[in-house]
Amino acid sequence: MVTPNAELAYNSKIEGEVVVSRLDSVVNWVRTNSMWPMPMGLACCAIELMGTASARFDIARFGAEVMRFSPRQSDCMIVAGTVTYKMASAVRRIYDQMAEPKWVIAMGACASSGGMYRSYATLQGVDRIIPVDVYVSGCPPRPEALLDALMKLQGKVRRERSATQLFSA
Amino acid sequence: MPATVAVTTLLQEKFPQVTPRASLDLEAVNVPPADVIAVLKALRDDHGFDMLVDLTAIDWAEGVSPRFTVVYHVFSTTHHGYIRVAANCANDELPAMPTAVGLWAGANWHEREAYDMFGIKFDGHPDLRRILMWDEYPHFPLRKEFPLAGIETPLPDPDVVAETGAKAIAAPMMGGPFVAATGEINLTEAEPRAKDESWSEVREKPKA
Amino acid sequence: MATEFSFPDAAAKSATAEFETEKMSLSMGPSHPSTHGVLRLQMELDGEVVTKCDPVLGYLHRGDEKIAENMTYNQFVPYTDRLDYLAPLANNMAYAIAVEKLAKLEVPARCQAIRVLTAEMARISAHLLGLGAFGIDTGAWTVFMYSFTEREKLYKLFEELTGARFTTSYSRIGGLQRDVPEGWTGRVNAFCDQFLPILEEILGMLTRNKIFMDRTVGVGAISKADAIAYGLTGPNLRGSGVPLDLRKDKPYSGYDQYEFDVPIGTKGDSYDRYLVRGEEMRQSVRIIRQVIAKFPCGPWYATDAKKIFAPPKAKILTSMEELIQNFMLVTEGPQMPAGEVYFEAENPKGALGFFVVSKGGGVPWRLKIRAPSFCNLSILPKVCVGNMVSDVVSILGSLDFVMGECDR
Repeated sequence: MVTPNAELAYNSKIEGEVVVSRLDSVVNWVRTNSMWPMPMGLACCAIELMGTASARFDIARFGAEVMRFSPRQSDCMIVAGTVTYKMASAVRRIYDQMAEPKWVIAMGACASSGGMYRSYATLQGVDRIIPVDVYVSGCPPRPEALLDALMKLQGKVRRERSATQLFSA
Repeated sequence: MPATVAVTTLLQEKFPQVTPRASLDLEAVNVPPADVIAVLKALRDDHGFDMLVDLTAIDWAEGVSPRFTVVYHVFSTTHHGYIRVAANCANDELPAMPTAVGLWAGANWHEREAYDMFGIKFDGHPDLRRILMWDEYPHFPLRKEFPLAGIETPLPDPDVVAETGAKAIAAPMMGGPFVAATGEINLTEAEPRAKDESWSEVREKPKA
Repeated sequence: MATEFSFPDAAAKSATAEFETEKMSLSMGPSHPSTHGVLRLQMELDGEVVTKCDPVLGYLHRGDEKIAENMTYNQFVPYTDRLDYLAPLANNMAYAIAVEKLAKLEVPARCQAIRVLTAEMARISAHLLGLGAFGIDTGAWTVFMYSFTEREKLYKLFEELTGARFTTSYSRIGGLQRDVPEGWTGRVNAFCDQFLPILEEILGMLTRNKIFMDRTVGVGAISKADAIAYGLTGPNLRGSGVPLDLRKDKPYSGYDQYEFDVPIGTKGDSYDRYLVRGEEMRQSVRIIRQVIAKFPCGPWYATDAKKIFAPPKAKILTSMEELIQNFMLVTEGPQMPAGEVYFEAENPKGALGFFVVSKGGGVPWRLKIRAPSFCNLSILPKVCVGNMVSDVVSILGSLDFVMGECDR
């Protein structure tokens, strides 16, 4: 029998302000909404990366405005620009210095595949040295494309079994 | 322009070995490599050409002699004239040229770049190292026999190489941007197309 | 009870007396917020004072000059965008004029005017980014936000004109990609009207700012003689007091019809270079207004250059002769005589030079790009020594370089 006072639904007085959820979704929720980028600004794409961070496109709407040039504080490396062979080892070192979990966005044609620079000095795609999660096309991609890549990456992170990975290791 | 024509004539009075050089725009002179520095000094001190705006080299292809030409573009901040000074390197195998760092401090990086790209040694240069490619790089990329795609070469940092297995490879030209060949009009050669520089039984793999 | 103090041994005593400190080596870059890209400075420090500075370049060397030797003249235009990627329209123009000199081709007045107009807009956009980044380097984030808002307005105009935000590829040898759209010049004028007050606001945030002045006044002074010896050009040379502006002194593309002033500095320090850039933006607005006021009519490409500039698209599709002409142009490239030319244009960063060596045909034999940033940076080993590490940041910001054209 249901009385008017029956507390079948969530009641903060009884449950002590507790929300029940899956640990995975809680961890992923935290991770997706504070994706701090490591702006690996190498060439032309870096200008669009700066444009994305500034007033009109405002990457802060997606919780990713905290551009940190210190890899230890970053979650997501945005490789923006042509990676040359001379630069390749520096990119890899910075990637190695980032704390887990970490993701990589290859922004633009050069970072994705070498793009229009098929030459002796250019690394033909940054995925030869670091694993890439999202590739963005364009030379350079528009800021909207970068925001789309960020949302794609957030979607990917949302599906990760992060809690299982955290506690099984 | 009469004012600039006078410079070659004036130079020839002092240096009879200076000859005019074919040019489509600026006044240009050919100078024997031994006199380059003296001529540049005269231009700077007597003719007001006080700024070295550019220093570069041209490779006239393998087998051509003289093969390398070093080209100086000198500018005057007072009368705003340019002059081009060109000097052929005497040796085609081991090209060398006296350094202009003593005249203009800015020549330092230009000469390092010419050394990096063409392998021209600048005698007396205080610090002749590679500037654009990494120090251990074995080739001179702007020489004509060097392919655009590059030649397989190990990367400089052993720890990164150990982890990634990466190396500088010949860039895939198939499917790349369309490129064209220089020279006379020959449609099959001059037409821009994706270049296939992959090796086969017909074309041998380039030696590292 | 007082005891006489003595050092335990003589060696320690002498060490304390002379304060011999160990030199520290610091590698700044290639990924560092104040190196504006991938420059690396290998520095030797005594405490916080720089005693030696060795810039390491080449982290963005992509082989542009080698690529140019394998391309027809028009195919290389997109690569010029990516040299100084803050002012691609100015690069496009400089490259096109250099090759047109080789062909001894004069473009019509309207084409020249459009080129001047776009180059000056590019100058504003490049200097805005330079100021914004300089602001960040010296601790003023707001300037960056303001200047980027203005840059977005410029990008919108560029996009309407060329179809791309900043990799524009707008010039062609002998003309342009297309004419200006209907009503576009009016929108540029409207931009100028609203831009000037905002520019004053942006400059007002820095010019008399105590923190900014402390960071820049007297820092990184470059003498006239040094600036010329190292081949500095552009605002960096003018900041040192040399009144050299190729737009005035070697006028190209009809710059001689426009009135503008060339600002110069007195001391050649970081602050002077900043002031010169600020004033140059005002002058650019002045030039833009003059161009629009007497915007010439007529053709916007060289109509008499059949072997160089492609015929109009409508004619290609309907007329056999134009179809063949276009086919030859695409397959062989614009036909050039053999010879050598060198042309320098006054770009936002300095004099961008192209040295074209042709053996005839549609592909250059050698294309040397004289990059202003390359020469401007070569003075670093001299100017950084004796300054503190934080001053190096201010010097780098004031030299306002782009690694894309520095390393090519």
